[in-house]
Amino acid sequence: MVTKLLIANRGEIASRIIRTAHELDIATVAVFSDPDADAPFAREADEAVRLPGATPTETYLRGDLVIAAAQRTGADAIHPGYGFLSENADFARACAAAGITFIGPPPDAIDAMGSKTRAKELMDKAGVPVLPGLVIDSDLLADGGQLAQAAADLAFPLLVKAAYGGGGRGMRIVRQVDELAEAVAGAQREAASAFGNATVFLEHYVERPRHIEVQIFADQHGNAVHLFERECSIQRRYQKIIEEAPSVAVDDELRERLGSAAVAAANAIGYVGAGTVEFVLDQQGQFFFLEVNTRLQVEHPVTEEITGLDLVRAQLLVAEGAPLPDELRQARINGHAIEVRLYAEDVPAGFLPATGTVHRFEVPALTGIRVDSGITDGSVIGVHYDPMLAKIIAYGPTRADAIRRLGRALARTRVDGVTTNRELLVGILREEEFRAGAIDTGYLNRHDPVALSTPPLPDDVLATHLLAAALTAATRRRANAVLPTLPPGWRNVPTEPQRTVLEVAGKAIEVRYRQYGDRVKASVDGRPLEALVHRVDTGLVDITVDDVRATVYVTRDGAVFHLDGRGASTVAREVPRFVEPGANVAPGSLVAPMPGTVVRVVVEEGATVTTGDVVLVLEAMKMEHTVTAPQDGVVVEINARQGQTVDGGHVLAVLAADGEQP
Amino acid sequence: MTIVATHPRAVEGTPLRSRLDTASELYRTNRAAQLKFLAELDDQLDLARAGGGERYRQRHHDRGRLLVRERIELLLDRDAPFLELSTLAAWGSEFAVGASVVTGIGVVSGVEVVILGHDPTVRGGAMNPYSLKKTLRALEIARRNRLPVVNLVESGGADLPNQADLFVQAGKIFHDLSELSALGIPTIALVFGNSTAGGAYVPGMCDYTVLVDQQAKVFLGGPPLVKMATGEESNDEDLGGAAMHARVSGLADHFAVDEQDAIRIGRRILSEINWRKLGPGPSLPADPPLYDPEELLGIAPSDFRVPFDPREVLARVVDGSRFGEYKPDYGTSIVTGWASIHGFPVGVLANANGVLFSEEAKKASEFILLANQADTPLVFLQNTTGYMVGAAYEQGGIIKDGAKMINAVTNSRVPHLTVNMAASFGAGNYGMSGRAYDPRLMFAWVGAKCAVMGAAQLAGVLSIVGKAAAAAAGRPFDQEADDRRREEIEGQISAESHSFFMSGKLYDDGVLDPRDTRTVLGIALSAAHSGPIEGRRGYGVFRM
Repeated sequence: MVTKLLIANRGEIASRIIRTAHELDIATVAVFSDPDADAPFAREADEAVRLPGATPTETYLRGDLVIAAAQRTGADAIHPGYGFLSENADFARACAAAGITFIGPPPDAIDAMGSKTRAKELMDKAGVPVLPGLVIDSDLLADGGQLAQAAADLAFPLLVKAAYGGGGRGMRIVRQVDELAEAVAGAQREAASAFGNATVFLEHYVERPRHIEVQIFADQHGNAVHLFERECSIQRRYQKIIEEAPSVAVDDELRERLGSAAVAAANAIGYVGAGTVEFVLDQQGQFFFLEVNTRLQVEHPVTEEITGLDLVRAQLLVAEGAPLPDELRQARINGHAIEVRLYAEDVPAGFLPATGTVHRFEVPALTGIRVDSGITDGSVIGVHYDPMLAKIIAYGPTRADAIRRLGRALARTRVDGVTTNRELLVGILREEEFRAGAIDTGYLNRHDPVALSTPPLPDDVLATHLLAAALTAATRRRANAVLPTLPPGWRNVPTEPQRTVLEVAGKAIEVRYRQYGDRVKASVDGRPLEALVHRVDTGLVDITVDDVRATVYVTRDGAVFHLDGRGASTVAREVPRFVEPGANVAPGSLVAPMPGTVVRVVVEEGATVTTGDVVLVLEAMKMEHTVTAPQDGVVVEINARQGQTVDGGHVLAVLAADGEQP
Repeated sequence: MTIVATHPRAVEGTPLRSRLDTASELYRTNRAAQLKFLAELDDQLDLARAGGGERYRQRHHDRGRLLVRERIELLLDRDAPFLELSTLAAWGSEFAVGASVVTGIGVVSGVEVVILGHDPTVRGGAMNPYSLKKTLRALEIARRNRLPVVNLVESGGADLPNQADLFVQAGKIFHDLSELSALGIPTIALVFGNSTAGGAYVPGMCDYTVLVDQQAKVFLGGPPLVKMATGEESNDEDLGGAAMHARVSGLADHFAVDEQDAIRIGRRILSEINWRKLGPGPSLPADPPLYDPEELLGIAPSDFRVPFDPREVLARVVDGSRFGEYKPDYGTSIVTGWASIHGFPVGVLANANGVLFSEEAKKASEFILLANQADTPLVFLQNTTGYMVGAAYEQGGIIKDGAKMINAVTNSRVPHLTVNMAASFGAGNYGMSGRAYDPRLMFAWVGAKCAVMGAAQLAGVLSIVGKAAAAAAGRPFDQEADDRRREEIEGQISAESHSFFMSGKLYDDGVLDPRDTRTVLGIALSAAHSGPIEGRRGYGVFRM
């Protein structure tokens, strides 16, 4: 019996696990790092124990501290969630040694799936279809001819990837034999630096693959079932952002084959609890084993929504030794569910993680909408953890219904204070190919994320949006006016109207307006328009523009306006009225592309560098970003030291081009 | 609006009930006449806005410079109102309408200020006698209302051919700037161009000075004058450039890289002066009037001789149309009472039937004393043809009663705001706090007239006097010549009592669209509350 559960995780998944535990009348213990001291999950648990520090290494990855926290609070089970310690076999063993139930598979099953090459061998033996491939050993490397032959046997195109690790690091696609040697060497270097192990392997590369995964569930008595598939083909940089169940590419027959393969995989490794077997599905309907995730997946809610199950509940029951619950054995697909991951990130800037304080987070309570959120109003989004803010899941009788519900909910979602990928998600949900289900993992290579985030708008809709932005800004200023009841912008000798410049997709657009009570004469980008304002506050504008009345919802993050109305969205950045002359960064400055920690400073002041030389390395959101010299020259200034935390825009170093005075 | 509903002033106050018939012939005639007057006004405002005309404006823009009104718009807080003053200065004179300077009350970085900006497109921003009058008036408004001053400087100095009418009085500008500083009222100069010779003392006299690189020229004598005086070779930048003054002479506190930078710095300075208004500020519900201000155009008369009920005006100007009338049944030719405008409590004196009798004068005197006891600003709405004449009235002591009213107005210490709605004639102008009685601000509705008496009366009086003189001298009286002269005089007086003419001579602070009355009074009251609001104390309120 689990009586008290410690959740060794944070954010939305910690909240989600706590919710089910409380439904089962299981007491809960949260652990929290210093930045998470006020996070919702830490307050929702019955008790919470501090893990001093901020970085994952100091906190959520410290198995010893987590077990000590369990012992101190008398917790008899630990749920690791996903990420952090969830696939750490040593931690699972340490739990067992401490007499604490680890909610997850046996350590040996984790180990078995930890190495991709070993996992593949195991699956191959168990009859699960695997991609043909081979580990590149030193013999093979030494003999170029043999390597080329082996590659040809696998059939091009090929994928070179790290044997230990994931997330797309160290991966390379090779289409011709003469690219092979260089790709292997590069992958090895990257694998060594990222994962501490240079082993790479080669495999056949599937063109336009779909990412299909099967939810498996097994008990301690040798029973295993599958709970159907999920499709997670919409990915950016190998990171899933939209997941759904079931997949439009899977029919009953294929579902049966996928399910059987997944159950065979579970049985092959003596799996217990919830797991996921990931496959790639090619355009011909062939599927190949990818890996097993020995934990609850981020996207588990879509399975829950179409089956009506609570997977965390099932995890806890199975961990207590119960046989597979009947509802799992008899699970059926009912309807369709789609999940989007709302990330704090700047899509146009190349998906750079964004930071800030969420002043307001609100998802409209529409039919079929579920929100698994880790944030609340006032939450601070920092640099230390994954920037996922929340998952928004829509359920509907059909895929089209779910998409529409989700599109609407997301378009009306307010996240004040942090830049998010919301517009991109809305753009995908409203895009034709996605709606038709014609998706694969290359979807975001075919569709420019920036274009998806900023779909072209009819001029009059854009004008309404921008006028709404200007009017809400005016209303906000009016609240602080010397005499707020005076008519705004009043002139007895009118000359120029009020002026606001907003930048939309890199283009500066001038909005001019003059208010006459509830009437507004305006021009947007030189196009005159007449408006009647029915209501205006900082969150919405109810306005008739050239005879069309609509409500525009306005969310503001500093200078950035998110505008939704007349069935479309616009992101506009207000151009400051005045520019401080010194605010322009000196030419040659190397600026931190995002907030992060300086991992290494590679060059010293005075060093001569050539274009592309690494100046320093920054780590943010688990990723290393190399800052390189944009030109040949001399480093005249270094403003960063190892370990320093810097904000986005921080000038890290200044470079003087050859022959130029700094 | 809950404040409105529960505030005692709203609970106890009585809203005025309008009896205006918007379908009447009179309403339509009035409205048509006012719209015509306003169209004429707009034509004159166009002249002021045009400055030196398209050619000079273009040349100014081509130099990369902003026009004075563009500078002001950029300086002002976004969406803040701006009350331009004396726009028609120099109207009817040989000089350009507006007198090559723009003045007004606006909000910069949350501080209500007086802005004074030269218009360099009009004869290089050179100062003529009207520019001087307008400038001094703006500085007086700043001093009386305790408003910081922002000078936007770009002027070639005195218009030399007119130096005789300028030179002596122009010293008052520097005097007033220094005096403001001594009173603790900050003065700021943003110098965009020429500020030479006497003009150099404007940045010199201001508390804060910002000079624009490569544009500001601040020196006592330019290169030719220096060459003449001492033989020294020099250039503009060495003698008075921004870089020199910021780094060498220290005259400039701030070096601005360009015009927008100077305005940015000016805004920053105002954000840093730690400004606190000393008046109590608005304290009453500021709900809009119950009746549409648009209807004021049908109330303001097309002919000042047609009387109208000023309560119809108040019903479209004061908060919630609430008006607590004082002595409603006594001296009924003047309406007195308590109201508020944009939340500021005010006492109102408004002429109802043009003529002021003894009762009206005594009632007004008492009311002014009461307002001083209550530290309540006064709003005078003029529509008067003067104090009553005739044996009965002279014998009844009209001079003594009129004198009481003028005495009370003179020695009242609460802020006065005066609006001439239709007519301001004779001593009625004085008793109703005309220009000579230093109202904080004074405006005229576009159709209003102001003179010693109406044009027809004045011509008639002259004719009667002429007839009497002829009779006394035994000369024959030429009736035909008299008719001609009478017509001429009537025409001249009529023109000289026109609102444009009066405003052109700086006898008020501007000509108003009647519909803007509430807004203008709100801005004026808010400005007046920058200083303390204190009435005259000493004696109690005399019952007259």
